[in-house]
Amino acid sequence: METKKELKVNAIRNGTVIDHIPSSSLFSVINILGLNKIGQQVTFGFNLESKKLGKKAIIKVADIFFKDEEINKISLVAPDAKLNIIRDYEVIEKRVVIIPDEITGIAKCMNPKCISNHEQMTAHFTVVEKKPVALKCRYCEKITDQDHLEIH
Amino acid sequence: MKNRSLVSITDYNQEEMLQILDLAAEFEKKPNQDILGGHVVATLFFEPSTRTRLSFESAVNRLRGRVIGFSDSSSSSVSKGETLKDTILTVSNYSDLIVMRHPLEGSAKYASEVSPVPIINAGDGAHQHPTQTLLDMYSIRKTQGRLENLKICMVGDLKYGRTVHSLLIAMADFHPIFIFIAPEELKMPEEYKSLLDRKGVEYYEYKDIGDNMDDADIVYMTRVQKERFSDPLEYEKVKNVYILRNAMLGNTKPNMKILHPLPRVNEINYDVDTNPKAYYFQQAQNGVYTRMAIISKILGVK
Repeated sequence: METKKELKVNAIRNGTVIDHIPSSSLFSVINILGLNKIGQQVTFGFNLESKKLGKKAIIKVADIFFKDEEINKISLVAPDAKLNIIRDYEVIEKRVVIIPDEITGIAKCMNPKCISNHEQMTAHFTVVEKKPVALKCRYCEKITDQDHLEIH
Repeated sequence: MKNRSLVSITDYNQEEMLQILDLAAEFEKKPNQDILGGHVVATLFFEPSTRTRLSFESAVNRLRGRVIGFSDSSSSSVSKGETLKDTILTVSNYSDLIVMRHPLEGSAKYASEVSPVPIINAGDGAHQHPTQTLLDMYSIRKTQGRLENLKICMVGDLKYGRTVHSLLIAMADFHPIFIFIAPEELKMPEEYKSLLDRKGVEYYEYKDIGDNMDDADIVYMTRVQKERFSDPLEYEKVKNVYILRNAMLGNTKPNMKILHPLPRVNEINYDVDTNPKAYYFQQAQNGVYTRMAIISKILGVK
């Protein structure tokens, strides 16, 4: 058991490791969490081998600890993401993401004739299916399914 | 219902729908009443719909209210690029109630969230048109004497027709039996059929009218529009199948009434108009009474 795996991304002392992100969703996750706008150190690995996902991505964010409602926003693009909370190089807590019942912003309604795609306003959805995800728009009431999900 | 927006038919529960119908019946007996006391109603028609706008304006005028508004977005600041939110916030300063028609789906819901005054949705794209549903229900109850246990036959475009979807939702709780007659491409969508399944409502689907409407109490006609077909050949095949002619009404029930949200193009032949079963023009008149009832409830004068 002591044959320690080589780390593809450097360890952090304190902070959060977000693992098991589908590679294709890496930049969406960065955008959703606003990691491109923070001052702390962020390292990420992209197209890493994963038995479960084929290609996965991993993000390590130093000195940031996410609130549940914040981290759950990534569930739309990375439903299998696992979080490791790190203190002093040790994993002190493991968390999974949960798809919330309501989504505010983030996703785009797939109906081109929906008001939310024409007015400067925040989109709102009720999550009607969790896997695969299906969102019902609060405005036009049309369903946006996983295949048509656009995240911004 | 006072001060509450009416965006979708599901905004009213069954009891509230019945209150509207009862009040509409009162207004039908006495259509001119001085009860709005100069309340100002704005009719904002971001796309033209002369019939609906005139029906609302007639309703306000008969109750001695005042109307402001526009009938086409090209004559308003929308053409200068003003957002819906800004238009609504501005007009809410000038009026006590906003009636709006807009080509985009969900626009009325959004307007109701930003507006300090209540909104009545007079049609938001292919989405909802709740006052049409209430006037349809009024017409059904008036001609049949009840809403419960009726056989309702819907004909034509059942896929995109918002009026049939809303009517289905509203009537589903009154133990109806539905008969759907539509071409394959314009069938009643699954989501509505599964709603009926969940509520235990019986329904039957057919591709042609034939004798399938003979035991119906209500025949609700809709327009089959050419632009709905991906294959023009399909349209050519079905365009004459869903036309109602007087000769087809011989075996229908004596109490049966034909409804249509209007305007019709050719789906009801003119020879039907003189048949006492034709009810679509009275249906339009009922729209005024129903809208009088909705406006007075929301403004809190009844």
